[in-house]
Amino acid sequence: MTRGVVSIAGYVPFRRLQRSAVAAVFGSGGGKGARAVASHDEDTTTMGVEAARLALRSAPGSAPSALWFATATPAYLDKTNATTLHAALRQPADVAAFDFGGALRSGPGALRTALESGGPGATLVVVSDRRDGLPTSADESAGGDGAAAVLVADDGPGTPVIAQYLGGASVSDEFLDRWRTAGDRRSRTWEERFGETRYVPLGAEAWQAGLKAAGVAADEVDRVVVTGMHGRAAKAVGRALGVRDGVLADDLALTVGQTGAAHAGLVLAAMLEQSGPGEVVAVVSLADGADVLVLRTTPAIAAWSPADPVAAQVAAGADLPYGKFLTWRGMVTPEPPRRPEPQRVSSSAAWRNEEWKFGFVGSQDRSSGAVHLPPSRVSMAGGAVDDMVPIDRADAEATIATYTIDRLAYSPSPPIVFAVLDFDGGGRFPVELTDVDPDTVDIGDRVAMTFRKLYTADGIHDYFWKAKPVRVASGDAAD
Amino acid sequence: MASHGIKDRVAIVGMGCTRFAEHWDKSLDDLIVDAAEETFASAGVTKDDVDAFWFGTAQSGMSGITMARPLQIDRKPVTRVENYCTTGSEALRAAAYAVASGAYDVAMALGAEKVKDSGYQGLNAFPIPNDGTARTLTAAAMFSMVAPAYGKKYGVGEDELTEVLARISWKNHQNGARNPRAQFRKEVSTETICASPRVAGRLGVFDCAGVADGAAAAIVVRAEDAHKYTDTPVYIKALSFAAGSGSGLIDPEYDYTWFPECAAAAQDAYAQAGITDPRHQLAMAEVHDCFTPTELVLMEDLGFAPRGTAWKEVLAGTFDRTGALPINPDGGLKSFGHPVGASGLRMFFEAWLQLRHEATPERQIDTDKTLALTHNLGGYPGEMVSFVSVVGTELG
Repeated sequence: MTRGVVSIAGYVPFRRLQRSAVAAVFGSGGGKGARAVASHDEDTTTMGVEAARLALRSAPGSAPSALWFATATPAYLDKTNATTLHAALRQPADVAAFDFGGALRSGPGALRTALESGGPGATLVVVSDRRDGLPTSADESAGGDGAAAVLVADDGPGTPVIAQYLGGASVSDEFLDRWRTAGDRRSRTWEERFGETRYVPLGAEAWQAGLKAAGVAADEVDRVVVTGMHGRAAKAVGRALGVRDGVLADDLALTVGQTGAAHAGLVLAAMLEQSGPGEVVAVVSLADGADVLVLRTTPAIAAWSPADPVAAQVAAGADLPYGKFLTWRGMVTPEPPRRPEPQRVSSSAAWRNEEWKFGFVGSQDRSSGAVHLPPSRVSMAGGAVDDMVPIDRADAEATIATYTIDRLAYSPSPPIVFAVLDFDGGGRFPVELTDVDPDTVDIGDRVAMTFRKLYTADGIHDYFWKAKPVRVASGDAAD
Repeated sequence: MASHGIKDRVAIVGMGCTRFAEHWDKSLDDLIVDAAEETFASAGVTKDDVDAFWFGTAQSGMSGITMARPLQIDRKPVTRVENYCTTGSEALRAAAYAVASGAYDVAMALGAEKVKDSGYQGLNAFPIPNDGTARTLTAAAMFSMVAPAYGKKYGVGEDELTEVLARISWKNHQNGARNPRAQFRKEVSTETICASPRVAGRLGVFDCAGVADGAAAAIVVRAEDAHKYTDTPVYIKALSFAAGSGSGLIDPEYDYTWFPECAAAAQDAYAQAGITDPRHQLAMAEVHDCFTPTELVLMEDLGFAPRGTAWKEVLAGTFDRTGALPINPDGGLKSFGHPVGASGLRMFFEAWLQLRHEATPERQIDTDKTLALTHNLGGYPGEMVSFVSVVGTELG
C-alpha cells in the first residue's frame, strides 16, 4: 500500500520583522534577513486553520477522519485546540481532533506518526508555532511564526498520494539544550556547544537509519532540509549528510525564521511545492533527538496545485515596525484605547452559533435567494420562515463596498479598519479588515476571509473571521 | 391596519429641561429631581396630580424604580422605557398614548441619562452575553461611512463635502452658543472644525455630538383639558416610530446615503399630521444630528430637500436659525449635548419654547408658523430605530 502526502500547505503570516531593526533600537541583537510575525490577532490555532484551509483546498474530495494539531505554544491548555480547527474547517463530528502538545518535537512527531501508521481514512496533521524571545535575544530574531498542514493517507480514490512516504527514523535522547516551563515568556538554553555535541551525532544516526528504512542512498536525495532551533547543529548536520551539491534546500531562516514545532512541516511544504514527479525529498528535524522523513514524489504531483505556495506567501510579506512587533508580542505595553475592554464570550452562545462563529456559514432563503450573515430563521426578502439552507462564505471572495477607519473603538492594535463586503455569489457583511495598512484600502478592493482571534477576555479567546486583501504575489511558484 | 395617530387629542402642558453638561457634581437622582420639579412647576401641578409616569433611560438605571425612588412616587405606575437613542421620545409616546386611550388624565414622560460616570469618552453600550461575533465599532465609525457614499452618489467632491459638514457643525455651535442650557456655548470657526483630530473615517471631533449628562420632561393631558393648565398648550399632531429590520447591514442594495427608517417615520408622521409640504409648513425642526453627515442626510429623509440637494441648501444657509427652515435652533446634539435618554424630550422642549415664543430674544426664531418637528434616531446606518413627531400650537 502506498502511503504518503495527499496535500500539503504552509502558512506564513503577512508581517515581517527586519532583523536589522532590533540593533537600530537596542544597539545589539538582530541579524540578517527577516522573520515572519503573527499578527496581533493570530495565534497557533488561527495560523493552523489557515494552513489547513489551504491544504484542503488543494485536495478536493478528501475527507480526513482525524485532525491532529501540534504546537509548542498552544492557545489553550486543558482545552483541546484541535476542536477549534475542527469547527473552523467544518469537519463532521465523527472526525477525531487531538492535540499533540507542548514540545517542539510534537510537530515532527505527529507528522511521522501519521506517515508511519497506516489504516483507513486520511489524517490531517496541522503543525503551528509562534516563537518568542526577549528583546535582542537570539530567539527573538531567529524564531519565526507559521504553520503547516499535511494531509496523510493511503493512496486511493479521492486521496491520490503526491509524495509517497518511503521511510523514516527517530532517535531519542534526554538532555537539556532548550526548555521552557508553563507560563514562561521565553525559552532558556544551555551553553550552545553542549547541544551541538549531542545533536550532530544524533542527526547523523537518524539520517543513516532513515535512509536505510527508505531504501535510498544519500546521493539519491534531491531535496533536504535540516531543521531545528539549534541553528549551529542543524548546519553541521546538513554539511555531513553526504548529499549532492545543491540538494540542501532553503530552510527559510532568512525569510521566515525558525517556526519551532511547525518548521519541519513548513519546509516540507515548500520543497514539495517546487518538486516534480519522482524526486526524493527528506526532512531532518533536531529536537530532543532527531527525526527523519524520506518521501518520493509521485506522478500525481503534476496534477496537484497548491492553493497559495509558501514561496508566494514569503514574497507577499510586508514589514512591521519593531515597536509594533514588541507590542504584539506583549513585550511592551503602550497606552490602550480609552474604551472599555470587551467582555468574555458566552460559551453557550458560541456553541449554539458554532457554524456561524467558527465556520462563517450564513443562511440563504430558498425562495428569494437572500443571504443572511449571520444566519436568520426569517428572510429579509419575502419573510419566509424556516426555509433557509446553509451558505458557506468562508471561502468566497468579496469586494469592498465601503469602509471606514475607527480610531476610537477598542482593539488590541488600533485603529480598526472596517469594511462592508459584498461576497461573490451573494451576501453582504460588515467586518474588520486585517493584514492591511489603513492608507491603502479602497472601495472596490478584493478581499478574502481569514480566521482570527478578535481578543481575549477572562482567558477566553474570541475566534471569528476577518477579511484580508487578496494579494497577487510577484514570485508565484505555483504555475 | 393603519397608523391613525392621535392628532389633537393630547397636549403638552408643562416641560422642563436641565442644562446638558458634564455634571460631575450631579447624580442621576439630582438630574431627575431637577427636571421633574421644573416640569411640575411649568404645568402648575405636583407629583400627586400625575397619574402615571414613563421614564426613559438607555443605560443609567433599570426599571421605573430608578425614577420613583428619587421623586418618592409611591404606588403609582412608573415604567422604564428604552429604545436606543430614541428612548426619551419613546417615553413621551407612551405617556401620550396612555392619556389618549383614556386610561389616565395626567401623565409624565421624563428622560434622563448619567453618561459621565463611566470614565470613558463617548457612549458605551451595555454588554449583553453573546457569541463574540458582533462588530464592536463606535457609532462614529458606522456613521462615517455615510459621507463618502453620499459624496460619490451625488458628485460632491471631498473638499466640498468637508465644507458642507463643517457648515452643519458651525451652525449648531452658533445656535448652542446662544442657549444657556446647551453643553457647548461657544462659536467655533469652520477652520477649527476642519482641523479637529480625526475620530473615525473623515469625521473629526467637531463632527460628533457632545456627550453630556442631563434630563428633560413633559406633562401631557387630554387636549380638552389643556387650558386648565396653560393658555399656550402644545398639541401633539403626530407621533411616528419605525424600527428597521437590521437588514441594511446585510442587504447589498443599501448604499449608506439615506436612512430608510427615518424616511418611513417621516412619511407616517406627515400623514398623521396632514402635512404635505414640510419644508414650508414647519416653523422649525429638531433633528438627530449625532454626527454631521447624519444631519445632512436627514434633510432629505425628512423631505426638507430633494435627494442629492441638501448639501447645497446647507451651504446656502437654508437651515440656519435665521434661514427658511431653522434646524436645531437649540444647538442640537452637537452643541446642546446628548444624554441619550433625555435627548428626545430635549427636542420637544425646544419646540415648546420656540412655538410659544419663550426662547430668549437673541435666539427666538422669527416665525408665524405654528408647527414644529422633532426627529430622534437610534442605532446605526442599516440597523436603526427612528422617531418623528409633529407638534403645534393650534388645533385643527
